[in-house]
Amino acid sequence: MNGCYDVIVIGGGPAGLAAALEARRTGAARVLILERNNELGGILNQCIHNGFGLHYFKEELTGPEYAGRFIAELEGSGIDVLLGAMVLDFNDGKTLHVMSRSHGYQELHAKAVVLCMGCRERTRGAIAIPGDRPAGVFTAGAAQLYMNIEGYMVGKRVVILGSGDIGLIMARRMTLEGAKVLACVELMPYSNGLNRNIVQCLNDYNIPLYLSHTIVDIRGDKRVEQVVVAEVGPDRNPIPGTEMVFDCDTVLLSVGLIPENELSRKAGVQIDRRTNGPVVYENMETSLPGVFACGNVVHVHDLVDFVTAESQRAGRAAALYAQNGEPQGPCVEVRNGRAVNYTVPQHIRTGNVEKFVEIFFRVNNVYRNRVIRISSGGKVLASFKREHMAPGEMEKVAFPKALFPQIADGEITVSVEEEEAQ
Amino acid sequence: MTELICIVCPKGCHLKVDEEKDFAVTGNGCPRGAEYGKKELTNPTRVITSTVRVEGGAIRRASVKTSSDIPKGKIFEAMRLLDNVTLQAPVHMGDIVVHDILGLGVDFVATKNVPPRT
Repeated sequence: MNGCYDVIVIGGGPAGLAAALEARRTGAARVLILERNNELGGILNQCIHNGFGLHYFKEELTGPEYAGRFIAELEGSGIDVLLGAMVLDFNDGKTLHVMSRSHGYQELHAKAVVLCMGCRERTRGAIAIPGDRPAGVFTAGAAQLYMNIEGYMVGKRVVILGSGDIGLIMARRMTLEGAKVLACVELMPYSNGLNRNIVQCLNDYNIPLYLSHTIVDIRGDKRVEQVVVAEVGPDRNPIPGTEMVFDCDTVLLSVGLIPENELSRKAGVQIDRRTNGPVVYENMETSLPGVFACGNVVHVHDLVDFVTAESQRAGRAAALYAQNGEPQGPCVEVRNGRAVNYTVPQHIRTGNVEKFVEIFFRVNNVYRNRVIRISSGGKVLASFKREHMAPGEMEKVAFPKALFPQIADGEITVSVEEEEAQ
Repeated sequence: MTELICIVCPKGCHLKVDEEKDFAVTGNGCPRGAEYGKKELTNPTRVITSTVRVEGGAIRRASVKTSSDIPKGKIFEAMRLLDNVTLQAPVHMGDIVVHDILGLGVDFVATKNVPPRT
Protein backbone atom coordinates (compact mmCIF):
# COMPACT_ATOMS: atom_id res chain seq x y z
CA MET A 1 0.00 0.00 0.00
CA ASN A 2 1.62 3.18 -1.27
CA GLY A 3 0.67 6.23 0.82
CA CYS A 4 -0.58 8.62 -1.93
CA TYR A 5 -4.17 8.59 -3.17
CA ASP A 6 -6.43 10.74 -5.30
CA VAL A 7 -9.38 10.19 -2.95
CA ILE A 8 -9.42 8.71 0.57
CA VAL A 9 -12.84 7.88 1.99
CA ILE A 10 -13.11 7.69 5.79
CA GLY A 11 -15.78 5.12 6.68
CA GLY A 12 -17.01 2.05 4.78
CA GLY A 13 -20.74 2.25 5.47
CA PRO A 14 -23.36 3.11 2.85
CA ALA A 15 -22.01 6.66 2.43
CA GLY A 16 -18.38 5.58 2.05
CA LEU A 17 -19.17 2.75 -0.36
CA ALA A 18 -21.21 4.99 -2.68
CA ALA A 19 -18.70 7.86 -2.51
CA ALA A 20 -15.72 5.62 -3.29
CA LEU A 21 -17.43 3.88 -6.21
CA GLU A 22 -18.58 7.17 -7.72
CA ALA A 23 -15.12 8.75 -7.29
CA ARG A 24 -13.63 5.80 -9.16
CA ARG A 25 -16.28 6.03 -11.91
CA THR A 26 -15.54 9.74 -12.28
CA GLY A 27 -11.92 8.91 -13.03
CA ALA A 28 -10.03 8.99 -9.73
CA ALA A 29 -7.18 6.53 -10.36
CA ARG A 30 -6.33 5.71 -6.76
CA VAL A 31 -9.16 5.46 -4.23
CA LEU A 32 -8.93 4.05 -0.67
CA ILE A 33 -11.66 3.26 1.87
CA LEU A 34 -10.59 3.28 5.52
CA GLU A 35 -13.00 1.30 7.74
CA ARG A 36 -12.82 0.96 11.52
CA ASN A 37 -14.79 -2.31 11.65
CA ASN A 38 -13.63 -5.69 10.34
CA GLU A 39 -16.16 -5.64 7.51
CA LEU A 40 -17.66 -3.09 5.15
CA GLY A 41 -21.33 -2.10 5.25
CA GLY A 42 -21.51 -0.07 8.45
CA ILE A 43 -24.82 0.03 10.29
CA LEU A 44 -26.58 -1.82 7.43
CA ASN A 45 -25.03 -5.06 8.69
CA GLN A 46 -27.18 -4.99 11.81
CA CYS A 47 -30.30 -3.62 10.06
CA ILE A 48 -31.52 -7.07 9.04
CA HIS A 49 -35.10 -5.89 8.37
CA ASN A 50 -36.31 -5.20 4.85
CA GLY A 51 -37.44 -1.97 3.21
CA PHE A 52 -34.10 -0.64 1.92
CA GLY A 53 -33.48 0.23 -1.70
CA LEU A 54 -37.00 1.01 -2.93
CA HIS A 55 -35.80 4.30 -4.43
CA TYR A 56 -32.33 3.32 -5.59
CA PHE A 57 -32.74 -0.30 -6.67
CA LYS A 58 -36.57 -0.20 -7.12
CA GLU A 59 -36.87 -3.31 -4.98
CA GLU A 60 -37.13 -4.12 -1.31
CA LEU A 61 -33.87 -5.32 0.26
CA THR A 62 -32.63 -6.00 3.78
CA GLY A 63 -29.75 -3.90 5.12
CA PRO A 64 -27.07 -6.55 4.55
CA GLU A 65 -28.36 -7.10 0.99
CA TYR A 66 -28.28 -3.36 0.25
CA ALA A 67 -24.68 -3.13 1.48
CA GLY A 68 -23.86 -6.36 -0.32
CA ARG A 69 -24.75 -4.85 -3.71
CA PHE A 70 -22.15 -2.11 -3.24
CA ILE A 71 -19.54 -4.43 -1.72
CA ALA A 72 -19.91 -6.71 -4.75
CA GLU A 73 -19.34 -3.71 -7.03
CA LEU A 74 -16.09 -2.95 -5.20
CA GLU A 75 -14.57 -6.25 -6.32
CA GLY A 76 -12.55 -5.60 -9.43
CA SER A 77 -13.15 -1.84 -9.23
CA GLY A 78 -9.52 -1.20 -8.28
CA ILE A 79 -10.54 0.54 -5.06
CA ASP A 80 -8.28 -0.25 -2.08
CA VAL A 81 -9.91 -1.13 1.25
CA LEU A 82 -8.21 -1.10 4.65
CA LEU A 83 -10.28 -2.74 7.40
CA GLY A 84 -9.68 -2.47 11.15
CA ALA A 85 -8.28 0.99 10.46
CA MET A 86 -8.84 4.05 12.64
CA VAL A 87 -8.10 7.55 11.39
CA LEU A 88 -6.61 9.34 14.37
CA ASP A 89 -6.23 12.73 12.80
CA PHE A 90 -6.01 14.54 9.50
CA ASN A 91 -5.06 18.08 8.53
CA ASP A 92 -6.00 20.49 5.78
CA GLY A 93 -2.93 19.41 3.82
CA LYS A 94 -4.87 16.11 3.68
CA THR A 95 -2.31 13.96 5.44
CA LEU A 96 -4.14 11.24 7.38
CA HIS A 97 -2.69 9.61 10.47
CA VAL A 98 -4.04 6.07 10.45
CA MET A 99 -3.72 3.14 12.86
CA SER A 100 -4.60 -0.37 11.67
CA ARG A 101 -4.12 -3.97 12.75
CA SER A 102 -2.45 -4.90 9.49
CA HIS A 103 -0.12 -1.93 8.94
CA GLY A 104 0.32 -0.33 12.37
CA TYR A 105 0.74 3.45 12.23
CA GLN A 106 0.82 5.07 8.80
CA GLU A 107 0.69 8.51 7.25
CA LEU A 108 -1.44 8.51 4.10
CA HIS A 109 -1.79 11.39 1.66
CA ALA A 110 -4.81 12.31 -0.46
CA LYS A 111 -5.67 14.99 -2.98
CA ALA A 112 -9.26 14.84 -1.72
CA VAL A 113 -10.84 13.37 1.42
CA VAL A 114 -14.48 12.27 1.87
CA LEU A 115 -15.80 12.15 5.44
CA CYS A 116 -18.31 9.26 5.84
CA MET A 117 -18.18 8.54 9.56
CA GLY A 118 -21.96 8.35 10.03
CA CYS A 119 -23.61 9.10 13.34
CA ARG A 120 -23.99 7.71 16.85
CA GLU A 121 -26.87 7.37 19.25
CA ARG A 122 -27.86 9.72 22.03
CA THR A 123 -27.54 7.95 25.35
CA ARG A 124 -29.27 8.02 28.71
CA GLY A 125 -26.73 10.62 29.84
CA ALA A 126 -27.66 12.92 26.96
CA ILE A 127 -31.30 13.08 28.01
CA ALA A 128 -30.75 12.87 31.78
CA ILE A 129 -33.36 10.25 32.81
CA PRO A 130 -33.58 10.26 36.61
CA GLY A 131 -33.45 7.12 38.74
CA ASP A 132 -31.19 4.20 39.55
CA ARG A 133 -28.42 3.15 37.22
CA PRO A 134 -28.87 -0.63 36.91
CA ALA A 135 -27.93 -2.89 34.01
CA GLY A 136 -30.56 -3.28 31.31
CA VAL A 137 -30.63 0.23 29.82
CA PHE A 138 -29.45 0.09 26.21
CA THR A 139 -29.55 2.35 23.22
CA ALA A 140 -31.73 0.64 20.61
CA GLY A 141 -28.83 0.36 18.19
CA ALA A 142 -26.58 -1.27 20.78
CA ALA A 143 -29.33 -3.81 21.53
CA GLN A 144 -29.65 -4.39 17.78
CA LEU A 145 -25.92 -5.10 17.53
CA TYR A 146 -26.04 -7.55 20.47
CA MET A 147 -29.03 -9.38 18.96
CA ASN A 148 -28.38 -9.39 15.23
CA ILE A 149 -24.58 -9.60 15.08
CA GLU A 150 -23.51 -11.15 18.39
CA GLY A 151 -26.61 -13.31 18.93
CA TYR A 152 -27.49 -12.29 22.49
CA MET A 153 -31.04 -11.67 23.68
CA VAL A 154 -30.89 -8.45 25.71
CA GLY A 155 -34.11 -8.72 27.76
CA LYS A 156 -37.52 -10.30 28.32
CA ARG A 157 -39.84 -7.45 29.32
CA VAL A 158 -39.07 -4.23 27.53
CA VAL A 159 -40.08 -0.57 27.57
CA ILE A 160 -38.86 1.56 24.68
CA LEU A 161 -38.32 5.29 25.08
CA GLY A 162 -38.52 7.25 21.84
CA SER A 163 -40.36 6.29 18.68
CA GLY A 164 -37.55 6.77 16.18
CA ASP A 165 -37.27 4.09 13.52
CA ILE A 166 -34.59 2.08 15.31
CA GLY A 167 -36.76 1.87 18.43
CA LEU A 168 -39.77 0.72 16.40
CA ILE A 169 -37.73 -1.85 14.50
CA MET A 170 -36.33 -3.19 17.78
CA ALA A 171 -39.84 -3.42 19.28
CA ARG A 172 -40.75 -5.89 16.54
CA ARG A 173 -37.40 -7.67 16.60
CA MET A 174 -37.56 -8.33 20.35
CA THR A 175 -41.21 -9.45 20.08
CA LEU A 176 -40.35 -11.95 17.32
CA GLU A 177 -37.58 -13.36 19.51
CA GLY A 178 -40.00 -13.92 22.39
CA ALA A 179 -39.72 -10.76 24.50
CA LYS A 180 -42.77 -8.85 25.70
CA VAL A 181 -42.59 -5.20 24.65
CA LEU A 182 -44.86 -3.41 27.10
CA ALA A 183 -44.83 0.09 25.65
CA CYS A 184 -43.22 2.52 23.30
CA VAL A 185 -43.10 5.93 24.97
CA GLU A 186 -42.71 9.17 22.98
CA LEU A 187 -42.17 12.62 24.48
CA MET A 188 -43.54 14.49 21.46
CA PRO A 189 -47.22 14.45 20.41
CA TYR A 190 -46.15 12.72 17.17
CA SER A 191 -43.75 9.93 16.26
CA ASN A 192 -40.50 10.67 14.49
CA GLY A 193 -40.56 7.22 12.93
CA LEU A 194 -41.94 6.32 9.53
CA ASN A 195 -45.68 5.60 9.46
CA ARG A 196 -45.08 2.19 7.95
CA ASN A 197 -42.93 1.27 10.94
CA ILE A 198 -45.66 2.28 13.41
CA VAL A 199 -48.01 -0.02 11.50
CA GLN A 200 -45.81 -3.05 10.93
CA CYS A 201 -43.69 -2.89 14.10
CA LEU A 202 -46.14 -1.70 16.78
CA ASN A 203 -49.72 -2.18 15.52
CA ASP A 204 -49.03 -5.64 14.07
CA TYR A 205 -47.99 -6.85 17.53
CA ASN A 206 -50.43 -4.76 19.63
CA ILE A 207 -47.63 -2.75 21.24
CA PRO A 208 -49.09 0.47 22.68
CA LEU A 209 -47.55 3.80 21.65
CA TYR A 210 -47.84 6.47 24.34
CA LEU A 211 -47.46 9.88 22.68
CA SER A 212 -46.73 12.92 24.91
CA HIS A 213 -45.32 10.61 27.59
CA THR A 214 -41.84 10.09 29.02
CA ILE A 215 -39.92 7.97 31.52
CA VAL A 216 -39.63 9.82 34.83
CA ASP A 217 -37.92 7.10 36.87
CA ILE A 218 -35.92 3.90 36.36
CA ARG A 219 -35.87 1.57 39.36
CA GLY A 220 -33.68 -1.45 40.02
CA ASP A 221 -30.76 -2.67 42.06
CA LYS A 222 -28.56 -4.77 39.75
CA ARG A 223 -30.94 -5.03 36.82
CA VAL A 224 -33.84 -2.80 35.74
CA GLU A 225 -36.96 -3.80 37.70
CA GLN A 226 -39.46 -1.04 36.99
CA VAL A 227 -39.85 2.14 34.99
CA VAL A 228 -42.28 4.92 35.74
CA VAL A 229 -43.91 6.64 32.77
CA ALA A 230 -45.84 9.90 33.00
CA GLU A 231 -47.77 12.06 30.59
CA VAL A 232 -46.20 15.41 29.66
CA GLY A 233 -47.93 18.74 29.08
CA PRO A 234 -47.44 21.08 26.12
CA ASP A 235 -44.28 22.35 27.86
CA ARG A 236 -43.00 18.71 27.78
CA ASN A 237 -42.81 18.60 31.58
CA PRO A 238 -44.32 15.55 33.34
CA ILE A 239 -47.85 16.03 34.72
CA PRO A 240 -48.00 14.89 38.38
CA GLY A 241 -50.60 12.21 39.04
CA THR A 242 -50.36 10.62 35.56
CA GLU A 243 -47.64 8.12 36.50
CA MET A 244 -47.86 4.47 35.31
CA VAL A 245 -45.49 1.78 36.58
CA PHE A 246 -44.22 -0.95 34.24
CA ASP A 247 -42.53 -4.08 35.58
CA CYS A 248 -39.72 -4.70 33.12
CA ASP A 249 -36.08 -5.76 32.91
CA THR A 250 -34.97 -3.71 29.93
CA VAL A 251 -35.21 -0.14 28.66
CA LEU A 252 -34.28 0.66 25.07
CA LEU A 253 -33.53 4.26 24.11
CA SER A 254 -34.31 5.51 20.63
CA VAL A 255 -33.88 9.18 21.35
CA GLY A 256 -31.99 10.61 18.44
CA LEU A 257 -28.77 10.40 16.47
CA ILE A 258 -25.81 12.77 16.42
CA PRO A 259 -23.44 13.08 13.45
CA GLU A 260 -20.01 11.72 14.45
CA ASN A 261 -17.69 14.67 13.84
CA GLU A 262 -14.91 14.37 16.38
CA LEU A 263 -12.40 13.93 13.58
CA SER A 264 -13.89 16.74 11.46
CA ARG A 265 -13.80 19.18 14.38
CA LYS A 266 -10.20 18.31 15.19
CA ALA A 267 -9.24 19.01 11.56
CA GLY A 268 -10.92 22.43 11.70
CA VAL A 269 -13.96 21.66 9.54
CA GLN A 270 -16.69 24.24 10.20
CA ILE A 271 -19.67 22.57 11.91
CA ASP A 272 -23.30 23.74 11.62
CA ARG A 273 -24.84 23.95 15.10
CA ARG A 274 -28.24 23.02 13.69
CA THR A 275 -27.22 19.75 12.02
CA ASN A 276 -24.15 18.98 14.16
CA GLY A 277 -22.54 18.17 10.83
CA PRO A 278 -20.13 20.01 8.54
CA VAL A 279 -21.36 23.11 6.70
CA VAL A 280 -21.32 22.05 3.04
CA TYR A 281 -21.46 23.52 -0.46
CA GLU A 282 -23.68 22.24 -3.28
CA ASN A 283 -21.13 19.51 -4.10
CA MET A 284 -20.85 18.35 -0.45
CA GLU A 285 -17.47 20.09 0.01
CA THR A 286 -16.84 21.29 3.57
CA SER A 287 -15.18 24.55 4.68
CA LEU A 288 -11.79 22.87 4.07
CA PRO A 289 -10.98 22.83 0.32
CA GLY A 290 -10.83 19.27 -0.99
CA VAL A 291 -12.50 17.80 2.10
CA PHE A 292 -16.02 16.50 1.36
CA ALA A 293 -18.66 14.95 3.60
CA CYS A 294 -21.80 12.90 2.98
CA GLY A 295 -24.41 10.71 4.65
CA ASN A 296 -25.27 10.81 8.33
CA VAL A 297 -22.06 12.61 9.25
CA VAL A 298 -23.59 15.70 7.55
CA HIS A 299 -27.22 15.33 8.64
CA VAL A 300 -29.19 12.34 9.83
CA HIS A 301 -31.17 10.77 6.97
CA ASP A 302 -34.39 8.73 7.10
CA LEU A 303 -33.57 6.50 4.15
CA VAL A 304 -30.30 4.95 3.06
CA ASP A 305 -31.31 5.50 -0.57
CA PHE A 306 -30.90 9.24 -0.02
CA VAL A 307 -27.53 8.68 1.66
CA THR A 308 -26.42 6.84 -1.47
CA ALA A 309 -27.53 9.68 -3.77
CA GLU A 310 -25.84 12.34 -1.62
CA SER A 311 -22.65 10.29 -1.35
CA GLN A 312 -22.44 9.80 -5.08
CA ARG A 313 -22.46 13.59 -5.46
CA ALA A 314 -19.68 13.86 -2.88
CA GLY A 315 -17.63 11.11 -4.50
CA ARG A 316 -17.95 12.65 -7.94
CA ALA A 317 -16.97 16.09 -6.59
CA ALA A 318 -13.97 14.63 -4.73
CA ALA A 319 -12.69 13.00 -7.93
CA LEU A 320 -13.16 16.25 -9.87
CA TYR A 321 -11.32 18.17 -7.16
CA ALA A 322 -8.42 15.72 -7.36
CA GLN A 323 -8.26 16.36 -11.11
CA ASN A 324 -9.10 20.09 -11.41
CA GLY A 325 -8.85 21.70 -7.97
CA GLU A 326 -11.34 24.01 -6.31
CA PRO A 327 -14.40 25.29 -8.25
CA GLN A 328 -14.44 29.10 -8.30
CA GLY A 329 -17.20 31.69 -8.67
CA PRO A 330 -19.89 33.51 -6.68
CA CYS A 331 -21.52 31.88 -3.69
CA VAL A 332 -25.10 32.10 -2.41
CA GLU A 333 -25.99 31.57 1.26
CA VAL A 334 -29.08 29.47 2.09
CA ARG A 335 -30.98 30.93 5.08
CA ASN A 336 -33.57 29.11 7.21
CA GLY A 337 -36.95 30.82 7.13
CA ARG A 338 -40.16 30.07 9.00
CA ALA A 339 -40.59 26.45 10.22
CA VAL A 340 -37.29 25.30 8.71
CA ASN A 341 -34.83 23.75 11.15
CA TYR A 342 -31.82 23.47 8.86
CA THR A 343 -30.81 23.16 5.23
CA VAL A 344 -28.19 21.12 3.40
CA PRO A 345 -26.33 22.54 1.55
CA GLN A 346 -25.78 25.77 3.44
CA HIS A 347 -23.83 27.43 0.56
CA ILE A 348 -24.34 27.18 -3.20
CA ARG A 349 -21.58 28.08 -5.68
CA THR A 350 -23.87 29.02 -8.55
CA GLY A 351 -21.29 28.36 -11.28
CA ASN A 352 -20.90 24.78 -10.05
CA VAL A 353 -24.59 23.87 -10.57
CA GLU A 354 -25.63 22.16 -13.80
CA LYS A 355 -29.44 22.34 -14.07
CA PHE A 356 -30.73 22.60 -10.51
CA VAL A 357 -29.55 22.31 -6.94
CA GLU A 358 -31.34 20.00 -4.49
CA ILE A 359 -31.93 21.56 -1.08
CA PHE A 360 -32.67 19.18 1.81
CA PHE A 361 -34.23 20.29 5.08
CA ARG A 362 -36.43 19.37 8.02
CA VAL A 363 -39.45 21.23 9.34
CA ASN A 364 -39.98 22.00 13.05
CA ASN A 365 -43.50 20.57 13.45
CA VAL A 366 -46.23 18.56 11.73
CA TYR A 367 -47.90 20.58 8.94
CA ARG A 368 -50.72 19.95 6.45
CA ASN A 369 -51.28 21.67 3.09
CA ARG A 370 -48.39 24.10 3.16
CA VAL A 371 -46.13 25.66 0.55
CA ILE A 372 -42.35 25.55 0.62
CA ARG A 373 -41.03 28.89 -0.65
CA ILE A 374 -37.62 29.89 -1.87
CA SER A 375 -37.38 33.66 -1.73
CA SER A 376 -34.70 36.30 -2.16
CA GLY A 377 -34.74 40.08 -1.69
CA GLY A 378 -38.41 39.97 -0.59
CA LYS A 379 -39.47 38.17 -3.78
CA VAL A 380 -40.71 34.56 -4.06
CA LEU A 381 -38.58 32.71 -6.63
CA ALA A 382 -40.09 29.23 -6.37
CA SER A 383 -42.96 27.46 -4.53
CA PHE A 384 -43.54 23.79 -3.89
CA LYS A 385 -46.83 22.41 -2.52
CA ARG A 386 -46.85 19.76 0.19
CA GLU A 387 -49.90 17.96 1.59
CA HIS A 388 -48.08 16.65 4.63
CA MET A 389 -44.79 17.50 6.33
CA ALA A 390 -43.29 16.24 9.59
CA PRO A 391 -39.95 16.60 11.39
CA GLY A 392 -39.38 12.87 10.89
CA GLU A 393 -39.52 13.17 7.11
CA MET A 394 -36.70 14.94 5.33
CA GLU A 395 -37.93 17.36 2.67
CA LYS A 396 -36.25 17.98 -0.66
CA VAL A 397 -36.80 20.69 -3.26
CA ALA A 398 -35.02 21.16 -6.59
CA PHE A 399 -34.16 24.83 -7.18
CA PRO A 400 -33.58 25.41 -10.92
CA LYS A 401 -30.46 27.19 -12.16
CA ALA A 402 -32.64 29.27 -14.51
CA LEU A 403 -33.81 31.21 -11.43
CA PHE A 404 -30.31 32.04 -10.15
CA PRO A 405 -30.14 35.44 -11.95
CA GLN A 406 -33.07 36.60 -9.77
CA ILE A 407 -31.16 36.01 -6.51
CA ALA A 408 -30.61 39.31 -4.66
CA ASP A 409 -27.89 40.12 -2.10
CA GLY A 410 -26.25 36.72 -2.46
CA GLU A 411 -28.77 34.84 -0.34
CA ILE A 412 -31.96 32.81 -0.58
CA THR A 413 -34.38 31.84 2.20
CA VAL A 414 -36.25 28.53 2.44
CA SER A 415 -39.49 28.80 4.40
CA VAL A 416 -42.81 27.00 4.92
CA GLU A 417 -45.91 29.17 4.54
CA GLU A 418 -49.71 28.88 4.65
CA GLU A 419 -51.08 28.20 1.18
CA GLU A 420 -53.12 31.39 0.78
CA ALA A 421 -50.49 33.82 2.17
CA GLN A 422 -48.35 35.47 -0.48
CA MET B 1 -64.77 1.56 4.65
CA THR B 2 -61.48 0.92 6.44
CA GLU B 3 -58.60 3.38 6.73
CA LEU B 4 -55.08 1.96 6.49
CA ILE B 5 -51.55 3.28 6.30
CA CYS B 6 -49.76 1.66 3.39
CA ILE B 7 -46.54 -0.13 4.38
CA VAL B 8 -45.32 -0.95 0.88
CA CYS B 9 -42.81 1.90 0.86
CA PRO B 10 -41.55 4.53 3.33
CA LYS B 11 -43.97 7.14 1.96
CA GLY B 12 -46.84 5.70 4.05
CA CYS B 13 -49.90 6.69 1.98
CA HIS B 14 -53.22 6.94 3.86
CA LEU B 15 -55.48 4.40 2.12
CA LYS B 16 -59.24 4.01 2.23
CA VAL B 17 -60.52 0.54 1.39
CA ASP B 18 -64.20 0.03 0.55
CA GLU B 19 -65.28 -3.51 1.50
CA GLU B 20 -68.65 -3.00 -0.18
CA LYS B 21 -67.08 -2.30 -3.58
CA ASP B 22 -64.81 -5.34 -3.84
CA PHE B 23 -62.11 -3.71 -1.68
CA ALA B 24 -61.65 -0.70 -3.96
CA VAL B 25 -58.69 1.36 -2.71
CA THR B 26 -58.39 5.14 -2.80
CA GLY B 27 -55.60 7.40 -1.53
CA ASN B 28 -52.88 5.15 -2.92
CA GLY B 29 -49.91 6.76 -4.70
CA CYS B 30 -49.10 3.70 -6.79
CA PRO B 31 -50.62 0.38 -7.96
CA ARG B 32 -48.77 -1.52 -5.23
CA GLY B 33 -50.79 0.43 -2.65
CA ALA B 34 -54.07 -0.76 -4.18
CA GLU B 35 -52.82 -4.33 -4.06
CA TYR B 36 -51.68 -3.91 -0.44
CA GLY B 37 -55.02 -2.38 0.64
CA LYS B 38 -57.03 -5.30 -0.69
CA LYS B 39 -54.62 -7.92 0.60
CA GLU B 40 -54.40 -6.35 4.07
CA LEU B 41 -58.15 -6.81 4.55
CA THR B 42 -58.46 -10.23 2.89
CA ASN B 43 -55.17 -12.07 3.57
CA PRO B 44 -52.61 -9.85 5.35
CA THR B 45 -49.01 -10.98 4.84
CA ARG B 46 -45.53 -9.87 5.90
CA VAL B 47 -41.92 -10.59 4.99
CA ILE B 48 -40.16 -11.84 8.15
CA THR B 49 -36.48 -11.23 8.88
CA SER B 50 -34.37 -12.77 11.62
CA THR B 51 -30.96 -14.34 12.21
CA VAL B 52 -29.59 -17.87 12.64
CA ARG B 53 -26.52 -19.32 14.34
CA VAL B 54 -23.34 -19.75 12.27
CA GLU B 55 -20.41 -21.98 13.22
CA GLY B 56 -16.87 -21.31 12.01
CA GLY B 57 -17.76 -17.92 10.57
CA ALA B 58 -16.21 -14.47 10.88
CA ILE B 59 -19.38 -13.51 12.79
CA ARG B 60 -21.76 -15.62 14.88
CA ARG B 61 -25.08 -14.89 13.18
CA ALA B 62 -26.28 -14.80 9.60
CA SER B 63 -29.30 -12.69 8.74
CA VAL B 64 -32.20 -14.35 6.94
CA LYS B 65 -35.56 -13.40 5.39
CA THR B 66 -38.59 -15.15 3.96
CA SER B 67 -38.19 -15.33 0.19
CA SER B 68 -41.72 -13.95 -0.12
CA ASP B 69 -44.41 -12.60 2.22
CA ILE B 70 -46.20 -15.10 4.48
CA PRO B 71 -49.61 -14.86 6.24
CA LYS B 72 -49.49 -12.72 9.39
CA GLY B 73 -51.01 -15.52 11.44
CA LYS B 74 -48.06 -17.83 10.66
CA ILE B 75 -45.29 -15.43 11.75
CA PHE B 76 -44.51 -16.90 15.17
CA GLU B 77 -44.78 -20.48 13.95
CA ALA B 78 -42.33 -19.64 11.15
CA MET B 79 -39.94 -17.95 13.60
CA ARG B 80 -39.78 -21.15 15.71
CA LEU B 81 -38.39 -23.05 12.71
CA LEU B 82 -35.21 -20.97 12.98
CA ASP B 83 -34.51 -21.84 16.62
CA ASN B 84 -32.66 -25.06 15.86
CA VAL B 85 -30.89 -24.01 12.67
CA THR B 86 -27.09 -23.89 12.71
CA LEU B 87 -25.27 -23.02 9.50
CA GLN B 88 -21.64 -23.79 8.73
CA ALA B 89 -19.52 -20.97 7.27
CA PRO B 90 -19.14 -19.94 4.54
CA VAL B 91 -22.71 -18.70 4.14
CA HIS B 92 -23.71 -17.05 0.86
CA MET B 93 -26.43 -14.50 0.29
CA GLY B 94 -29.42 -16.35 -1.18
CA ASP B 95 -28.56 -19.75 0.40
CA ILE B 96 -31.75 -21.58 1.43
CA VAL B 97 -31.77 -21.85 5.22
CA VAL B 98 -35.20 -23.45 5.75
CA HIS B 99 -36.95 -25.01 2.75
CA ASP B 100 -40.73 -24.59 2.23
CA ILE B 101 -41.77 -22.94 5.51
CA LEU B 102 -44.94 -24.62 6.91
CA GLY B 103 -45.83 -25.84 3.44
CA LEU B 104 -46.31 -22.28 2.20
CA GLY B 105 -43.89 -22.65 -0.71
CA VAL B 106 -41.71 -19.92 0.79
CA ASP B 107 -38.12 -20.42 2.01
CA PHE B 108 -35.98 -18.70 4.60
CA VAL B 109 -32.91 -17.47 2.68
CA ALA B 110 -29.65 -15.96 3.90
CA THR B 111 -29.32 -12.20 3.29
CA LYS B 112 -25.63 -11.96 4.12
CA ASN B 113 -22.30 -13.49 3.17
CA VAL B 114 -20.48 -14.89 6.19
CA PRO B 115 -16.90 -15.87 5.29
CA PRO B 116 -15.06 -18.49 7.37
CA ARG B 117 -13.22 -17.26 10.45
CA THR B 118 -9.57 -16.58 9.63
